[in-house]
Parts: sequence; C-alpha cells; structure tokens
Amino acid sequence: MFEYLPIYIFTSFSFLLSSILITVSLIASSDSVESEKLSTYECGFNPFEDARKTYDIKFYVVAMVFIIFDVEVALLLPWVFVAFSLTNVATLGVFLFLFILVLGFIYEWEKEVLDWA
Amino acid sequence: MGKRGFRLGVSLYLGVIMLLVLVLVLVSVAFLTLAERKILGAMQLRVGPGTVGFFGILQPFADGLKLLLKETVLPRSSNGILFISAPILSFSLSLLPWSVITFNLFHSIADIGLGVLFILVVSSLNVYGIVLAGWSSNSKFAFIGAVRAAAQMISYELSVGLILIIIGVCAGSLNLSDIVLAQKHLFNIVTFFPLFLIFFISILAETNRTPFDLPEAEAELVAGYNVEYSSMIFALFFLAEYSNIIVMSAFAVILFIGGWLPVFGLSFIPGALWFGVKTSFVLFCFVWVRATFPRYRYDQLMYLGWKVFLPITTTFLIFVYAVFAVVL
Repeated sequence: MFEYLPIYIFTSFSFLLSSILITVSLIASSDSVESEKLSTYECGFNPFEDARKTYDIKFYVVAMVFIIFDVEVALLLPWVFVAFSLTNVATLGVFLFLFILVLGFIYEWEKEVLDWA
Repeated sequence: MGKRGFRLGVSLYLGVIMLLVLVLVLVSVAFLTLAERKILGAMQLRVGPGTVGFFGILQPFADGLKLLLKETVLPRSSNGILFISAPILSFSLSLLPWSVITFNLFHSIADIGLGVLFILVVSSLNVYGIVLAGWSSNSKFAFIGAVRAAAQMISYELSVGLILIIIGVCAGSLNLSDIVLAQKHLFNIVTFFPLFLIFFISILAETNRTPFDLPEAEAELVAGYNVEYSSMIFALFFLAEYSNIIVMSAFAVILFIGGWLPVFGLSFIPGALWFGVKTSFVLFCFVWVRATFPRYRYDQLMYLGWKVFLPITTTFLIFVYAVFAVVL
C-alpha cells in the first residue's frame, strides 16, 4: 500500500496541473462568441445531420477479438514470476491455454475477421 | 529527529521530486517539439525555426503562450463537460507512467513490483481520452478519427503486451529496476533485436505517429479526433502526444537498451545521463521515421498488427520459453 501512495499523489498532481492549464487559458483568453463559429466543422457546410450515426462493424469486431487476446496477456502476466518453477502439469496447462488461443486465432483468420481490404 | 519529523521530511522530499519530474517532463516536451522541427528541417535541407530567441530556442515557449491566449471554442452541438474533460484525461494519463520510470538505480517516484503492468494499463487507458474527444465533439471527422485511433491502438497493444511478457520471463520480474539489472551483461536489444524492432514499430502505432498517423490523416480527416479543439484544450492533446512519445521511448530504453547502465564500459558518466542519452536516441529515431516513411493505408496497418506482429510475438514467446526450459 505505501509503495503505491506516491502514484496516487502523482495522479492528483497531474490532474491538477491539466485543470490549472485549462483554467488559466479560459481566464486569459478573450471571448467573442458567434453562431457560425460555434457550429460543427464540416468543410464549409452547415452540418446537416448528427455525427453519431453508423460506423463500420469491423471496428466492433476488432474490439471483441482484442478483448480475448487482452485477457490472454493479463493471464500470462502472473505466469512470468513462476515460469521456470512450475510443475510439468501446470506448464502443460499454460501451453494448453496458449494452444486453444492459437486455434481460435486461426479460426478468426480463416473467417476473414482480420481482413480490411 | 523524531519519527514524525522523518515522515514529514520524506513526504516533502517526494513532493519536491514529483513537481520536479512534472516540470522537467513539460520542458522536455517543449524541446522535443523544437528538436523535431529542427531535425525535420535539416533532413529536408531547410533551417527550421530560427527567429525566436537564439537559434530558435524559445520557439516552443512562444507557441505555448500563443495557444494559451487563444479563444476556447466549445461547439454548440458538443457535450460540454465530456468535451473539456477529454484533454484533461489524455494529458494526465500521459504523465502517469513517469511515476514508475526508473531514471537511475533507486531513482524513481514509486519503485513498484508491477511497474511494467502499470505502464501497460495506463497506456491502454489512453484510448479513452481519444474516444471521449471524438464522441463528445459530435463532428464526423472527429468521430471517424477517434474510432480509427481506438482500433489502431488496441491492435498494437497486443504485441506490446506479449513482448513485455517475453522480457518479463527473461528477467523473472516485472519491476523496471530488475529488468534493467538483468541486462547487466548483455542488453536485450542484442538478444532480442527483432523484438526491439517490433516494439519500436508498435509504439509508433500506439502514439499515433507517422507512418501510422491515420487518426489525424489531414488529407481526409482534417485533423482526426481533435478537429473541434482549439486553444489550451488542443494544446493538452498535443502535449499528451509528445509526453507519450517520450515516456514510451524511456520505456523502450529500460526494456531493451539497459536503462541507466553504461555502454562500452564508460561507467564514469553518471547513469541518469546515460538514460537521457539513450532516450534521446530513441526519440531521434521517432523523428527520423517521420521524415522518411510515407503514411500506411488502413488495411495495411491492421494487416501488420494482426497478421504479422501478433503471430510473430506469440511464437517468439513459446520459442523463448522452450529455449530457457531446455537450458535451465
């Protein structure tokens, strides 16, 4: 716990610093509000619809695939400490896990989830 | 001096160190922008900025002051609070990893056992700042840029994570000092040169730098997720990007080039200076890449991340483990 205390303090320092920078700029700068300036930028047009519409499903699929692999990384991190002191059965377990993951990866590859062209 | 006095002294000392780190990071960000423009200029046979101050030294401060005094525009259709908090989040998160970076032996703000994991976590949180900015601006360019940036950053995080595991397995620890000390006899860059290249390319993609700066592809997306930002809230994104670049270079130095350890046995030069010199070299490579390579296409970028780097790093992990298991 004491180890991590400086990190909490540093976090609050950095949030404080960025808030101060924005506040100073808001105070120091001049303000001249007009309607055209406040409209959303769209290459000279007035925006004719909301920007939050649809986007390519691929981005969503990539995020899903990422989560699986990120869990893999998270599960392998503790393994780092014991990699060479595990019993044979435990090591087999780790590699079984990796093997299943690789199978899944090959399946994704074959399903062309990773193709963007 | 009693126990309480001692504690007070320690906390005062830590506070001063933290402020010093913050100030020095800001100064180094400022000079990195200047160095980038100077190096780019030299590589294109130009002079670069040279009017403000002697040799253009004061250029970044002039730019910063200009941005500070500009008007902050909050677009009408944006979500105000999210819009303002996105740059704050981005910049603060880019400063966070400095709390575990070891500048020299026993010289870090917090020498935690899971330093590598901490940096990995904080750098993946960076996606939130960008997505928040893109979504809250309610502009098409910003939105598309943010979605692209998010997909790009998470794709390259996987290979970074696996490389960290490989390095961790070799050092038997995830503490940054332990990883540096494990390279006492031979730097990781010699044993794992291909991994260093992959790591370097991945951090280029993670920090949205050329040739992977698709999120802010100015030809199609104008500026990507920060189109609507102006004044200091834009400057915070800018600072965050450069602070991320510096922290990732420092991280690469710790993982691969032996942190503060001297090269060629030149141990009379202090360790912190070695650390700075090596980090500057990696930073120079960042600028060098920018001056050399054209931008990638988006499908090429995803292909490289998912179909080249991920299989290579996974195989490398199994290979390294097998080699060690046979040798030990």
